Amino acid sequence: MKPAATAPIFRIALYEAAGSQPLNTSDRADLLSALLEKGYAITCIRPGRAVTNSISEGRLLVLGRFDEQKPAEAEDQGGAVKLHFRDIRELDVPKIVQLVDQVRGELRAPEPRSWKPWFPVIDYGRCTNCMQCLSFCLFDVYGVSTEGKIRVQKAQNCKTDCPACSRVCPEVAILFPKYKSGPINGDEVKQEDLQREKMKVDISALLGGDIYSALRQRSEQAKQRFSKERDEKRALEERKKCLAKLQEALDIPPEVMNALPSAEQIQAKTAAAMANSSD
Amino acid sequence: MSQPLRILYCHCAYAQVVPPETKAAVLRKLAESGVAFDAVADLCEMSAKRDPSLKQLAGGPVKIAACYPRAVRWLFNAAEAPLPDNGVEICNMRTESAEQVISALLEGQEVSS
Repeated sequence: MKPAATAPIFRIALYEAAGSQPLNTSDRADLLSALLEKGYAITCIRPGRAVTNSISEGRLLVLGRFDEQKPAEAEDQGGAVKLHFRDIRELDVPKIVQLVDQVRGELRAPEPRSWKPWFPVIDYGRCTNCMQCLSFCLFDVYGVSTEGKIRVQKAQNCKTDCPACSRVCPEVAILFPKYKSGPINGDEVKQEDLQREKMKVDISALLGGDIYSALRQRSEQAKQRFSKERDEKRALEERKKCLAKLQEALDIPPEVMNALPSAEQIQAKTAAAMANSSD
Repeated sequence: MSQPLRILYCHCAYAQVVPPETKAAVLRKLAESGVAFDAVADLCEMSAKRDPSLKQLAGGPVKIAACYPRAVRWLFNAAEAPLPDNGVEICNMRTESAEQVISALLEGQEVSS
């Protein structure tokens, strides 16, 4: 599922300031936890904090145990935030969550938790704009800005749990914050990490500088060899072995390996991205 | 006039990389403290969607309970909402204990007993 980049913002404010009775602490923690697990974002409003500081635009569902009846809807001064008040005085936590889902549905706000946010994040403090990630990524995640700078263009195209592009980055400049280990997860980059990453790049260099061209060459050599030997089974085994090594070295999920485009497609994509950036 | 300090808690709801007991303890303590704060399901998701509220959060002093500071900073940057160089404190729930995180978040805050 793709992230809805242009969908209206839907946010919840738990109002416990003037004109509203506070929840007991246990209910408050349980409610926050339940809403967060469902993918909602909540601002806890306490005395001194304005409701309209929660968001700058979109729909704000204001929940509270209000002393006086509130209008169902209102607008902030600029009109960019629409406020929707709901009294939760008589409701327990599951009922409040149900109410939130219902209001979100009525407002046609997107359903939360529809996409696992897995995508690369570029550390521009380290990135040297070498474009290895763009050349390497098989799924058009990367693009080039009008200033010729590498950028994440289609985050939603990234394959969940695949950190392969960060593995080929010579500067350890690509992060996946949800990755299990450092420095890919954002942990500080140490000298030994740089050495390790450099070794990986060197492996690719030993294969001929361009991993795709190496694979292509290898495939052609194998074709020649096996066309003489007429041993297709052996050729398939050789290919499988080669892909398994690549998969292990770069921690690539099997489904990504199964979706590999051709080297020609990848080269054409890189050339097109570079050409577009210079337009 | 200087902007008030905000507290942001990320629940990292879509992955199991932050110890659940740390997340639960930090959220519970924040809820008990009586301070105003923002709780989001997942900062990564907000960054991917370029959620405009990230700009608001990055617009002044903020304490953030999430993951590695390098990741958090560049997530904000990716959403075109770079965090300021000063006035930002990022607590890493992947490596720090709940006590360490909550103590950093609530330092200098008026906490209800």
